[in-house]
Amino acid sequence: MEFQFQFDWQAAINAIPYLAKGIPYTLMISFGGLAIGFALGILFGLLSINKKWFLRWPATAYIEIFRGTPILVQVLFIFYGLPDLVGGPIDPLVAGIAAIALNSGAYISEVVRGGVQSIAKGQSEAGLSLGLSRTQTFWSIIWPQAFRRMIPPLGNQAIVSIKDTSLFSVIGVGELVRQGQVYIANTFTAFEVYFVVALMYLAITLSLSLILRLLERRGIASI
Amino acid sequence: MTQIVNMKGMNKYYGKLHVLKDIDLSVEQGEVVVIIGASGSGKSTLIRCVNGLEEYESGTLKVDSHILAPKGGNQKTLSEIRKEVGMVFQSFNLFPHLTVRKNIMLAPMKVKNTPEVVANATAERLLERVGIGDQADKYPNQLSGGQQQRVAIARALAMEPRLMLFDEPTSALDPEMIGEVLDVMRELAKEGMTMMVVTHEMGFAREVADRVIYIHEGQIVEEGKPADVFDNPQNERTQAFLSRVLSH
Repeated sequence: MEFQFQFDWQAAINAIPYLAKGIPYTLMISFGGLAIGFALGILFGLLSINKKWFLRWPATAYIEIFRGTPILVQVLFIFYGLPDLVGGPIDPLVAGIAAIALNSGAYISEVVRGGVQSIAKGQSEAGLSLGLSRTQTFWSIIWPQAFRRMIPPLGNQAIVSIKDTSLFSVIGVGELVRQGQVYIANTFTAFEVYFVVALMYLAITLSLSLILRLLERRGIASI
Repeated sequence: MTQIVNMKGMNKYYGKLHVLKDIDLSVEQGEVVVIIGASGSGKSTLIRCVNGLEEYESGTLKVDSHILAPKGGNQKTLSEIRKEVGMVFQSFNLFPHLTVRKNIMLAPMKVKNTPEVVANATAERLLERVGIGDQADKYPNQLSGGQQQRVAIARALAMEPRLMLFDEPTSALDPEMIGEVLDVMRELAKEGMTMMVVTHEMGFAREVADRVIYIHEGQIVEEGKPADVFDNPQNERTQAFLSRVLSH
């Protein structure tokens, strides 16, 4: 018996409408989670370099815990574990967004810390010596410079987080991979379907890369 | 005469290192005091104490009418002091993300709530005064070192300080740019600005200073009119230092 595999273009094309239904979920979880993660990252990143130990320690603990455990375990914990604590089921979409938020927040905290610490001490000394308060010095002098340096690593984290959402098929969110699995269960066209799924991720991440590159160029031009 | 700075028995430590030892020093309004000494002698630390960029451990420090407490004390006067004291750094420390104009406008607008049009007019006037009126809309890294330092002086002047601190303002400059910065400082002194200047420019010190102070290992060992200090130093450490820096 001769076995010959042929890529079934028709099967791939047929799968597109069903798979595309997963895109809004993938985007929602990614960007919803990243938006919250960015806020968490600014908060905990700044707390982690605070002089007061009682602010610094909890922030460091948060960062280490969510950077040091797999995101898959985190989402399983939130979706299957937390309901025992809160006494009711958690919506898988909410669990997914929460996992991305908490996980990316930890990494973004480190990006924020690195960005802020990379600005020369002379900059804050100049601000303070002009009479600006610490808060004014930070937000009008340090942060704008630090943020520009943060754009490349933030873009990197966004791409990582978008891909991380693919793991959330395990909690039954109808994102791209989940849609693919359901579709394959009925059609047995795994090769074609996962190929299309991969292309869809690539389309999302490549568009993001492009936008970031434009942002970066504008940022650098004005420095 | 009004005293702008008054230090009495000031001491500062970096850990166990005793960097300022029983400093007694006062600066009168309109006076130009130049502080000289070897690197590591504590001269920069001394002027950085005046606007609280460095804290001191014991003694007293009064800037204008404000008492600045030592480390651990009430430092509420610090913001008032910094509004009245301008500082120019060795490495300029201009804000690279802002144009020259905005560098100068920032502090008056944020600290004194100066309206934007007024701050802008001030910026243009000051840039004209330091000789770079045509560079207002450039970014700092588009200027030469000498130009950047002149912007830094303009930026400090925009707060209308009663005292200007200069921390080795020409040490990071190429030799051909030192003159243009010293010229601006000379003008400023002529107009009656009270200045404390840490510098290695002995020619400038001799010409512009009302008083020269020599610091050795955190101690003021000699103090007097430039002609006296340079031509007839009393302390042997001053003699040794001057013979090293003036001989070449």
